[in-house]
Amino acid sequence: MGIEILGLPMMYYIAMVAKVLVAFVFVLLTVAYATYAERKIIGHMQVRLGPMRTGWHGLLQPIADGLKLFFKEEIIPAQANKFAFLVAPLIALIPAFITFAVIPFGGVIEVAGYKIPLQIAAYYDTAAGQVYDVNVGVLYILAMSSLGVYGIVLAGWASNSKYSLMGGLRASAQMISYELAAGLCIIAVFMLSGTLSLTKIVELQSGMGGFDWYLFKQPLAAFMFFICSLAEINRTPFDLPEAETELVSGFCTEYSSMKYAMFFMAEYANMVTVSAITVTLFLGGWNGPLTAAMPLLGPVYFIAKVYFLIFVCMWIRATLPRYRYDQLMHLGWKVFIPLALVNIVVTGIIGYFL
Amino acid sequence: METLFFLIISLVAIVSAILVITCKNPINSALSLIMTFFCLATYYVMLDAPFMAAVQVMVYAGAIMVLIVFTIMLLNIRIDASKKHSHKLIFGSIIGFFTLLNVVFVLIRSRAAVPTGPYSGDMIKNIGHTELIGREMFTNFLLPFEITSILLLVAIVGAVILAKKKI
Repeated sequence: MGIEILGLPMMYYIAMVAKVLVAFVFVLLTVAYATYAERKIIGHMQVRLGPMRTGWHGLLQPIADGLKLFFKEEIIPAQANKFAFLVAPLIALIPAFITFAVIPFGGVIEVAGYKIPLQIAAYYDTAAGQVYDVNVGVLYILAMSSLGVYGIVLAGWASNSKYSLMGGLRASAQMISYELAAGLCIIAVFMLSGTLSLTKIVELQSGMGGFDWYLFKQPLAAFMFFICSLAEINRTPFDLPEAETELVSGFCTEYSSMKYAMFFMAEYANMVTVSAITVTLFLGGWNGPLTAAMPLLGPVYFIAKVYFLIFVCMWIRATLPRYRYDQLMHLGWKVFIPLALVNIVVTGIIGYFL
Repeated sequence: METLFFLIISLVAIVSAILVITCKNPINSALSLIMTFFCLATYYVMLDAPFMAAVQVMVYAGAIMVLIVFTIMLLNIRIDASKKHSHKLIFGSIIGFFTLLNVVFVLIRSRAAVPTGPYSGDMIKNIGHTELIGREMFTNFLLPFEITSILLLVAIVGAVILAKKKI
């Protein structure tokens, strides 16, 4: 305890590394088993069994899939731009993971007399008695989500194939359009919170046994934000960039082996991230009954809420058919953006008179 | 430690800035430019201006560069097309040299070197960078802010009119 490095106690560094590892492993495991859960859930919704052969009820399926993709031959098209082709899957994958740096997944826990806030980019100041985190957390999330588009655009362009290019173009147009609407929905949230720090946003949602959640104060914003997020990460019913019936497999047509697996992982990691952001902004984050007495319950509630939203994503996929491209653009620009603006104006007027 | 970090980031920034102008392929240049913007965002964080950093990534790396990458991809610029204009190198370097002189002069001699006024580093740390920017922008600088918004609105309307065949 006594050792200090650069003015910070040793525990600070240990806690930091531990938090990063735990969050990373959690997301990776969730990604692996989300693929299994998706096949299983959609299977049962369509009165099929889903994967059954590998392991008990197909539990080893993600590992088998991973091994299969790992040992596949890797093909780089002869006319492809090599650098962009190789770097695109990484650019797609990294923003999905680093968004987790600012998401609080629990309250403050105490290990060996040292208080650790369960959020990667945060520390507990003993003198001030409060948690300091990135005070532009929401903007950080928006910034990172605006980078996700590069991976897909580069993949589409670098493959040097028409299907891929069409997929890439569709993806970028769609992601840019829905990013605007999602950003406008978030503005309504921090008009109420008055802060951009995610720790404080979660704290503000802690009262009234769950009725302080921004879901109840901003139902329209919550609803639109979740739909916009689905569109931004190219999930069904907005999976036009990889519409099999039209574009083979869209931007990842030419990819094989681990690079394809990376795009696949990026899609599911994005789903986890988007669910976590929605939980933090609208569903009270890690708040729940008895968290004050038992701080370790915080992460449990957080994970439960995130998994519920992931389930909703899969449910939507099993229920709704794919949108047409013009319908998608109409929904984004002519329905969601005006509605989000009206929502901001109404929030402003109500906030002024209350 | 902070100096070391600054030097590493500066090295990355300068190398990627050089790559922007030396890369043969315009897409690689664009990617290097994104890298440079990231380094600039890191500088803003080190200067206790997190809001500027987030906006730098969101607007420059996230929005403007997407547009540039888009344009390059759709126009499909030939790699050898850029070689014809190499005689402009001399004029370019003269302009670059004087711009550099100008920047150095401003940094050493002007008020930017030693900031004065009410907004000291401690105040920014206590109140928060975002709050201070917001407060100033919507009180003292409201008129310039509104004029800029109207300018942008005019640009958007103009773009729509140019793009649309039937109005």
